[in-house]
Amino acid sequence: MQLTDYEKSLRDGMNGRAKAQAMDLLIRYGEAVGAERLIETNNVAGAFNASSPSTRHIVEKGFDAVYSELNLDSDEVVDVPHVEANTCQLITGIDNDNWELQGASREMVEQQRASERYLGERGVNMFATCTPYQVGNVPVQGEHCAWMESSAVIYCNSVLGARTNVEGKESTGAAALTGRIPYWGYHLTENRFGTHLITLETAVEDMMDWGLLGYFIGEQVEEDRPVIEGLSHQPDLIKLKHFGAAAASSGGVEMYHIPGVTPEARTVEEAFGPGRPVQHLHYGAAERRATFESLQSATDRKVDFIMLGCPHNSIEQMALIAQLLRGKKIHPDVALWVHTPRAIKQVAERSGYCDVITQAGGAVMSDTCPAISRRMPEGVRVIATDSAKQAHYLPAIANVQGWFGSVQHCIDAALTGQWNAEV
Amino acid sequence: MTANATEVIVIKGRCVVAGYAAGEALVTQETISGWGGINEREGTVIERRHELRGQSFANKVLVFPGAKGSSGWSAFFHMTRLNGVAPCAMLFTRMTTKMALGAVVTRVPAMTDFDQDPLTVITTGDWVEVDANAGEVRVSRNLAGV
Repeated sequence: MQLTDYEKSLRDGMNGRAKAQAMDLLIRYGEAVGAERLIETNNVAGAFNASSPSTRHIVEKGFDAVYSELNLDSDEVVDVPHVEANTCQLITGIDNDNWELQGASREMVEQQRASERYLGERGVNMFATCTPYQVGNVPVQGEHCAWMESSAVIYCNSVLGARTNVEGKESTGAAALTGRIPYWGYHLTENRFGTHLITLETAVEDMMDWGLLGYFIGEQVEEDRPVIEGLSHQPDLIKLKHFGAAAASSGGVEMYHIPGVTPEARTVEEAFGPGRPVQHLHYGAAERRATFESLQSATDRKVDFIMLGCPHNSIEQMALIAQLLRGKKIHPDVALWVHTPRAIKQVAERSGYCDVITQAGGAVMSDTCPAISRRMPEGVRVIATDSAKQAHYLPAIANVQGWFGSVQHCIDAALTGQWNAEV
Repeated sequence: MTANATEVIVIKGRCVVAGYAAGEALVTQETISGWGGINEREGTVIERRHELRGQSFANKVLVFPGAKGSSGWSAFFHMTRLNGVAPCAMLFTRMTTKMALGAVVTRVPAMTDFDQDPLTVITTGDWVEVDANAGEVRVSRNLAGV
């Protein structure tokens, strides 16, 4: 791989051991993927926080050891300096306020808080959400980023027109310290054109519809780039957030085009650039129904736990949930957790939404989610969620049965303790 | 042909992570999720509808199309190494950043860009030697009883 003189000086340790280890990892990674060079980035979103029990034995050696092993893949424990690129922390393991509700120990939350102080001293912004683009990190079109979090990556590439591959814990750790990432994949214009044409033959209206469409497309195209035509409704941030998260769960979709909506394609022709669709797929009522059924992993209609807010809820979603719950009480056998970024939680509190949700018997959670934390209320057997992504992952991670439906279906289940949704 | 005859097939490919390893093959036609798809303490596949669900890849030559799902892919395979339950080598057909970074931090020999499709040539249970430096995979299969 070609390196600039500056990059060579980093590799050779002229700017310290941490940057040398970071550059070593970027070179190994860049050569593995087949990149010719690195590209400068000033926008890194990664996972740095030491917040899980599996990191505890490394934390005993100090937070430099955690960063060295888990964020740089370095056997040598290096002194970690201030970040070089603007860097933020994505979703983390423990809710700093609701940790008791999660069943986390005081020791674990103290470890996370100490980790956050360590990272803050080095310039890592503690967004603590899977949706940094909802709380201030909104890259501009063409900006080279190094982001983790598959649902954020697909949003970054497709909706914002910024450029990132799906990075990992180690590559974002190295990018934060060097301001470099391999110039490969979605950083190059020629890799951003569509591959598959998807024609919609049924209305895709609400958030659930967009989740189902994303889940269908991910299964069909895997890591390729779908182009969607035939929309009956204009999507917004909430719907595209759900669509992308679903497509990145059932498959590995990192970029899509909706001509006339997403910024890199005004027309279907423009979306495919110099290429042609390798496949033309149709999404109609039958595909929608089959996808809805494939997302259900439950048979027992008595539900214990309702999970809303994956990816983390927008303020509009918080308002809707409060509206659906106002003056009501959830079933005594059901726990309801609603997840939103901490910054949005402040707005929701000020707007009275959090009070409505907690008075109904629910909890407003931030910083984490059950799939990431692997924490749910004790004894949960059957969950329901409005997120195709959570319905995909949580049953496997937590060994529970899962129902998937709309936010209305989920609130109905929270109030009655029964899952009754049909599509 | 004697009862103990073995068939040996050589596949050429590109080195992704250098090194040599030999082990029993575990082959799947399906991509694998890291975070949410494997148990990193046991080295098993846990994805709900995956054809390898419940099976262990620890110390095996994992032959698969590649990575899918969460960006936690590399971190979870990284943890399988720290927990001693990583595959001993990885052979994959579809390059992605998740796959490349995951192979790098798992620090096992890894290869891609093959002259023959390893997903059809290699069968679960075959003995596979991966010489990533030489860009060569040797597949040995006992023909007894075939």
